[in-house]
Amino acid sequence: MIDTNSTAVYCKNVTKTYGVGNTQVHALSGVDLEVNSGELMMLVGPSGSGKTTLISIVAGVLDRDGGECVVFGHDFMRMNPNERTEYRGRNIGFVFQMFNLVPALTAAENVAVPLLINRVRRREAVERAREMLNRVGLGDRTTSLPKELSGGQQQRVAIARAMLHNPKLIVCDEPTSALDHETGYKVMELLREMVVGADCAFIVVTHDERIFEFADRIAKMDDGRIISVENLQRNFSDK
Amino acid sequence: MNYIALKMLMGNRAKYIGMIVGLTFASLLITQQASIFMGLMTRTYGFLTDTSFPDIWVMDPKVQYIDDLKPLKETESLRVRGVEGVAWAVPMYKGLLKARLRDGTFQTCIVVGLDDETLIGGPPVMLKGQLADLRSSDAVIVDSVGAVGKLAKVLPDGKRKALDIGDTMELNDHRAVVAGICKVQRTFQSQPVVYTTFSRATVFAPRERKLMSFVLVKAKAGQDVYELCRRIRRITGLAAYTKDEFEMLTVRYFMKYTGIPINFGTTVVLGFIVGVAIAGQTFYNFTQDNIRYLGILKAMGASDFMLLRMILLQAAMVGAIGYGLGVGFATCMGFLSGHTELSFRLPWQLLCISAVAVMMICAISAVVSMWRVVRLEPAIVFKG
Repeated sequence: MIDTNSTAVYCKNVTKTYGVGNTQVHALSGVDLEVNSGELMMLVGPSGSGKTTLISIVAGVLDRDGGECVVFGHDFMRMNPNERTEYRGRNIGFVFQMFNLVPALTAAENVAVPLLINRVRRREAVERAREMLNRVGLGDRTTSLPKELSGGQQQRVAIARAMLHNPKLIVCDEPTSALDHETGYKVMELLREMVVGADCAFIVVTHDERIFEFADRIAKMDDGRIISVENLQRNFSDK
Repeated sequence: MNYIALKMLMGNRAKYIGMIVGLTFASLLITQQASIFMGLMTRTYGFLTDTSFPDIWVMDPKVQYIDDLKPLKETESLRVRGVEGVAWAVPMYKGLLKARLRDGTFQTCIVVGLDDETLIGGPPVMLKGQLADLRSSDAVIVDSVGAVGKLAKVLPDGKRKALDIGDTMELNDHRAVVAGICKVQRTFQSQPVVYTTFSRATVFAPRERKLMSFVLVKAKAGQDVYELCRRIRRITGLAAYTKDEFEMLTVRYFMKYTGIPINFGTTVVLGFIVGVAIAGQTFYNFTQDNIRYLGILKAMGASDFMLLRMILLQAAMVGAIGYGLGVGFATCMGFLSGHTELSFRLPWQLLCISAVAVMMICAISAVVSMWRVVRLEPAIVFKG
């Protein structure tokens, strides 16, 4: 039974297969996962274990083949493409490995994109984006283009972008892998602060063992399955 | 999102400029070549434009265009005059005669013989002298371009001097005295135009049994000219056209029997293809460059409609700039060539056609890119 008050993501026996015939690959072979609001869940595991496929399904950018996956009480498979897109726009934030900031836009404009997608007026969106950049310590770089920012700064901008429209779920794909250790650590500190400040769920896909300490729980994946879930919440609370 | 679309467009300077250059070139090629074509077609009936006073032109039924001269008996003008609804009808001679220049060379001229009494059909603008001066002995009026150019006198030192009032020339071994200089529309073959009286023109012209080229007719007030044309045809058995009909007959002939439309049409089509190839390819590459970001926008909640609108806006933006520049350059070229032999006519309809062509280029470019975006999987955002 799903507790819709605290359960952000509920996956049961989720399967996904790529290709057909001899080239068929079982990316997910019955994944069970539950992520709660206010929780930072890390998905770890070797390459090809199905981490990215799982967050793609959870974020509603990829269809599953079987099983059940409910995000805040909504099943993407029961939505039409427009409803799904709109739901993503309102409720899900993304942080990517390579930041994926639009090169032609300033930091503030990049951060403002989710609000613009949700039809907020540009002036208001950019104003709120500036405030968010202040929160992530980049208040003096609002007019900088991505190429004028360091990797760590770009990832902070990406985090600000993911947070601006107050999504219920934020999915992060390898957020520190393109950063050096110190910068990656600072980025995770920032993410952690955001988790504390916002009542939303974080799912972070990572290989980087050095940031495991920031997780509330760590789900280990292998061969398209979750093989263990480790609870680390106490460690972080002690910090 | 429109703002984002435009910033993405202008952020990629090389492709932005590439697309504009492609569209400018296409727009320039389409507009300029079509304008020259229009200019040439206008020249084919330039003589009709100059002779705007009559309502109806009567001629041999086999005449296919303005320079296709099939002489009539002079008595035909009397028959036409007798048709009900005709206010007046006067004869006109038009023919190609050789003028012998002072240096002994020959130059073919278009000689126009006007009704001796009324001088109807004379040049529209007199620069020197008066039309009535044609009543002087051996008088002719020469067009200004011919006077300065092909009919100019060659002085002993080799310099050329424009023909002026009082100068003499030989037309088919007959003495002619310049009594005036006029301004006329450029003709298709760019030959000098020499006006004289009908009777004098028949003296200049080689002996033939029939020498009248046209009968110029004015309809009585309130008379429907098309109805009058039909009546003249029925009664006289001759062809009768309004000025507009005769212009179209001439244009149709040149369109059908000369390679001009094909030559210019090929260039115009080439301009269109070049536009599609350069602008389309660059626009597609631009979209390809941004496909990852479009995927991210899609993942972040941008609908297909929103993304398609962005692409259309980008295409419209480069299209508008390219069209404006292309048409601007074409207009400048036309303006600069105003006093040369180059024929150039740019009516507003041509601007519209050019705009539609550029819009089509942009639409084709955008559709290819839009197809790519619609098929774009948002899951691309998590691919390395």
